[in-house]
Amino acid sequence: MTRLGHLLKQRETGIALALILVVVFTTAKNPAFLFSSDGWRDLLLTPSILMLVAVGQAIVIITRNVDLSVGSVVGLTAYLTGRVFIDLPGVPWPLVFVIGLVAGGLLGLINGALVAFAKVPALVITLGTLYIYRGINVMWTGSDRINSSDMPREFLALGTQSLLGIPYLTIIALVVLVIAGWYLRTQRAGREFYAIGSDPAAAHLYGLKVTQRVLTAFVVCGALAGLAGVLYAARYGTVNSQAGSGWELDAVGAAVIGGVAIFGGSGTVWGAAIGAYLLLTINRALPVIGVQDFWQRAVVGVLILGAIVLDRVLAVRQSRRLTEARDR
Amino acid sequence: MTQATASAPTRVYKDYARPLWRRLLLTREAAIIALLVIVYVVAALSVRNFAAPITITYLLLDVAAILFIALPMTLIIITGEIDLSVASIVGLSSVTLGTLHQAGLPIEAAGTVAILVGIVAGAINGFFITVVGLPSLAVTIGTLALFRGLAVGILGTTAVTDFTEFWTDLAKSKIPGTPVPTVMILFVVLAIVFAVLLHFTPFGRGIYAIGLSSEAARFSGVKVEQTKFILFVLSGAISALAGIYYTLRFGSARGDNATGLELSVIAAVLLGGVSIFGGRGNIAGVIAGVLLIGILGSALRLANVTSDVINIITGALLVASVVSTSVLAWIHRKRIGAGIKKGPPSPAQD
Amino acid sequence: MSDTPEPPAQPTAHAVLELSRIAKAFGAVVALTNGTLRLERGSIHALVGENGAGKSTLVKIIAGLYQRDAGEFLLEGESVDFTSTAQAKEAGIAVIYQEPTLFPDLSVTENIFMGRQPRGALGMIDRRAMKAEALALFERLGVRIDPDRPTLGLSIADQQIIEIAKAISLDAKVLIMDEPTAALSGVEVDRLFAVARGLRDEDRAILFISHRFDEVFALCDTVTVMRDGAYIATSPIGDTTVPQIVRQMVGRDVTTLFPKQEVPIGDVVLEVDGLTQPGVFHDVSFVARAGEIVALAGLVGAGRSEIARAVFGVDPYASGSVKVNGRMLPKHKPATAMAAGIALVPEDRRQQGLVLDSSVSRNATLAIRKQLARFGLITSAAENESARVWASRLEVKTASLDTEVGTLSGGNQQKVVLGKWLATDPKVLFVDEPTRGIDVGTKAEVHRLLSELAGQGLAIVMISSELPEVLGMADRVLVVHEGRITADIPRAEATAESVMFAATHTAGEAA
Repeated sequence: MTRLGHLLKQRETGIALALILVVVFTTAKNPAFLFSSDGWRDLLLTPSILMLVAVGQAIVIITRNVDLSVGSVVGLTAYLTGRVFIDLPGVPWPLVFVIGLVAGGLLGLINGALVAFAKVPALVITLGTLYIYRGINVMWTGSDRINSSDMPREFLALGTQSLLGIPYLTIIALVVLVIAGWYLRTQRAGREFYAIGSDPAAAHLYGLKVTQRVLTAFVVCGALAGLAGVLYAARYGTVNSQAGSGWELDAVGAAVIGGVAIFGGSGTVWGAAIGAYLLLTINRALPVIGVQDFWQRAVVGVLILGAIVLDRVLAVRQSRRLTEARDR
Repeated sequence: MTQATASAPTRVYKDYARPLWRRLLLTREAAIIALLVIVYVVAALSVRNFAAPITITYLLLDVAAILFIALPMTLIIITGEIDLSVASIVGLSSVTLGTLHQAGLPIEAAGTVAILVGIVAGAINGFFITVVGLPSLAVTIGTLALFRGLAVGILGTTAVTDFTEFWTDLAKSKIPGTPVPTVMILFVVLAIVFAVLLHFTPFGRGIYAIGLSSEAARFSGVKVEQTKFILFVLSGAISALAGIYYTLRFGSARGDNATGLELSVIAAVLLGGVSIFGGRGNIAGVIAGVLLIGILGSALRLANVTSDVINIITGALLVASVVSTSVLAWIHRKRIGAGIKKGPPSPAQD
Repeated sequence: MSDTPEPPAQPTAHAVLELSRIAKAFGAVVALTNGTLRLERGSIHALVGENGAGKSTLVKIIAGLYQRDAGEFLLEGESVDFTSTAQAKEAGIAVIYQEPTLFPDLSVTENIFMGRQPRGALGMIDRRAMKAEALALFERLGVRIDPDRPTLGLSIADQQIIEIAKAISLDAKVLIMDEPTAALSGVEVDRLFAVARGLRDEDRAILFISHRFDEVFALCDTVTVMRDGAYIATSPIGDTTVPQIVRQMVGRDVTTLFPKQEVPIGDVVLEVDGLTQPGVFHDVSFVARAGEIVALAGLVGAGRSEIARAVFGVDPYASGSVKVNGRMLPKHKPATAMAAGIALVPEDRRQQGLVLDSSVSRNATLAIRKQLARFGLITSAAENESARVWASRLEVKTASLDTEVGTLSGGNQQKVVLGKWLATDPKVLFVDEPTRGIDVGTKAEVHRLLSELAGQGLAIVMISSELPEVLGMADRVLVVHEGRITADIPRAEATAESVMFAATHTAGEAA
């Protein structure tokens, strides 16, 4: 198999092509989708926040876990961002990014500690923290709301402006994506995530530092969700207690569409990122091509089901091929 | 080990290694029921109006949908699967009911169609999981979106609100002379059916076997795929039923009805002692789990605690309950003193 | 019966591993009282003993999985105390388990080097160097495996080779192989032995745990026997014989283990005709009569278990037919096969035969749960009653009917499985490796039981890889070779040679 042939067979290439097709088709219907002042920007900008969450989620799923609390983390850190600006006037906005990362990381650490040490399935733990974090968020917010007037202009500008045609937030998200992708592919610890997800028992027997790695995965996932919360505040300016609600399922969906196996061990953050883009772009494209946007969730559902059916078909075929090769 | 001889003294076998009281009382379910009673008593004593009949009525009306859906969810989780799409089926059923009723169909007919829709939805889940062989977590995340999307797509942002008063009143009515809502009769009947199904039928034995070792179950003639398929169809049907109740109770059919309900159901089921790994749990514990969350919520609301705190407490309860199971298992292993990190294979396997 | 025997006196200069008087208990269960072993460099040392002898526990202590309660553990003369498998690995001890544990989604190369991948600039993994190292390892072992392919779908034999490659790349001084040949075909066993000898010549130490004496005598230079958690004896392989070893393992002379009764053979009960599943078995036809014990002999991997599973209905088949008492059975429907009177005691007792976390009672009644129901309802009382009948008939040793079946010994577990199936009142009983992993005493009980059942009119199809068992029990021996039946040998003509010949040659050659 030539390198090009190999590349073309990858899931990531497939959904990237799908994304391009969607954009082309929609733009044909309405050129403003792409070729307007906001069109290009929104195309790149809107999904980049979800992309961060999807990348973090992918890392956790690769270790054969899941983090359902990311939506609540995004909401909490988005509100935290606003509050920091209000309560600490004059705070330099880069520091707020750090605060968001650290806050998200801590929330992720709680998840990770419970999963790694108490050995309870991540599904259950993060279901619980989904409730807890959202409850804290609502309690803290009260009937309040963060408005754009509460945040400094340079910060908000970051949320809407571009550098050389690419929105700042997208650049941030892309940088994170590249680092994550690089780490998972080229670093020993990154490869261990895959090993742990592929066969946790073997990983223990091998002597891998499973607890440490799982903890790290959750911390990173939380930190990225925290960063996404900061970006959310910058992008939208208004934050209420429901920010980020439902994002956990979108993130899992994006990862699954992107080729990350739900039981871990395979898939890439690149796929999850493209999956996030595909998901949100389709949602935005629907009204343009005349489908009421009420059908968005249905489309997401079909995509997810399609992705996992495809995975299964390919896996069966591959397993058959490998076994036959062995028996020859 | 003696060699086989012609006849050996016949053994006498005890039915149980531990006495009845230990088997009944030293279980998670007993703990939850005890907690339920304690919380109820404390709430009745300390929160004003909690012990009032009307509180009980609203409590039961509020948790009725969760109670219904928790029944098939228990069986599904015991087999080691999960159904995240239940709330979306509630929404789909609600929308079906509303749309058909608005088009002129009487509630009875519209309700029947809604339940059929639930059955089809459950069958779709069942098909992907048992025929195609996909993991239920992934499939029901997909159908959660798909069914909800269909529900929202059909009705858009509108809501259907003109339901016959007879039915909406019935949904909220009480059994005469008691604070218990009428819908509880239906629930009790269903609960008995499910409890008998799970604990006293061959089908139920098969469910536990599948949850503990689906391979061994298959080798013993248990129809694994068929069983799971039936459970998902049941889940769809009951969710649709809950959707009818939900719609009539609030008098409004909306596409986004009951969004997020699946989490409450799963949280209650797990709290009630059902293991997420499969193979363990019973209906009594689950009912206690739902009521516990309901009572806590109700009492706290009456004490003017906001709903977010209630959510925090629900989440904390869930986390505490599964962590405690883990901790107990860890203590048990330490007592055996294997001196190893991860679960040992049984030493008798040497 | 001597007290605690001393190992033969030897200079300590060459011993790489020395354990003496190791003791280990799990709560009330005592696994080891005197674990003693002396492993030298450049040696392939066999460790034999019945199930329950303590071999497995001793190995797990060496591997760092368990920690000993008492005794000395010296690695190259220095006392060691491993608290994790990683430590043992670092110290140069590698274990090749029966079921290799690899990462299926990752490539062969990554499996070998996980956590230790060669690195280049910025700490980035150097994939090219890693692949080259993997190829070099395989060259040294004299095997050919594609380093880039995922380990998913590799044969057990190949997976074991990868485990060995892992061990060598860690420069292991001690390699422990735990029943490595259980799932290997003849060719693969030869390859494994060649690799083992190569490792021995590199001055490494190999501990070979097996109950297959022919292999022990073919490969090993020393043998240590354990019994009931204690060391019994060590001798160079040239100084001992199989009967001597068996006597040391069992503690007494073992006479006839297979009480074969003469039983009148009745009509044909099971008729299998032209059963075919591409890649697994081909054109399999045989009959089984009431009162007959038909053995399915052959090498591991020949396809015998697959044939049994297909007849029973757990696995599908592409063409052919199965008839019980003249009635055709639909394929791939175990419940229907059960109703027609077929029972299967499967090969993997723990994963397929039993629900380990469930009680004796539930396990014993799982197959007849529908029959036990009255008006569709089943009660624990009814289950306990049925379980009690069978447990006492088979003399199962258990604290109570409620005990988790996973805590029972191998022999008693097998009795529960048998009881489960006998409760279905079968006409045809398939037993797959009926005495694997069972102590000698219970083995004889199982054989006696099978003979009795044949006497009562059951048709028994027995799959066994133990030639003495096959020759001792069977009325007829069907030999399977690579998915085809190569011989149908009546008892009178069945010998070790005729069976082994048919097991290793195709039908044309075996005629």
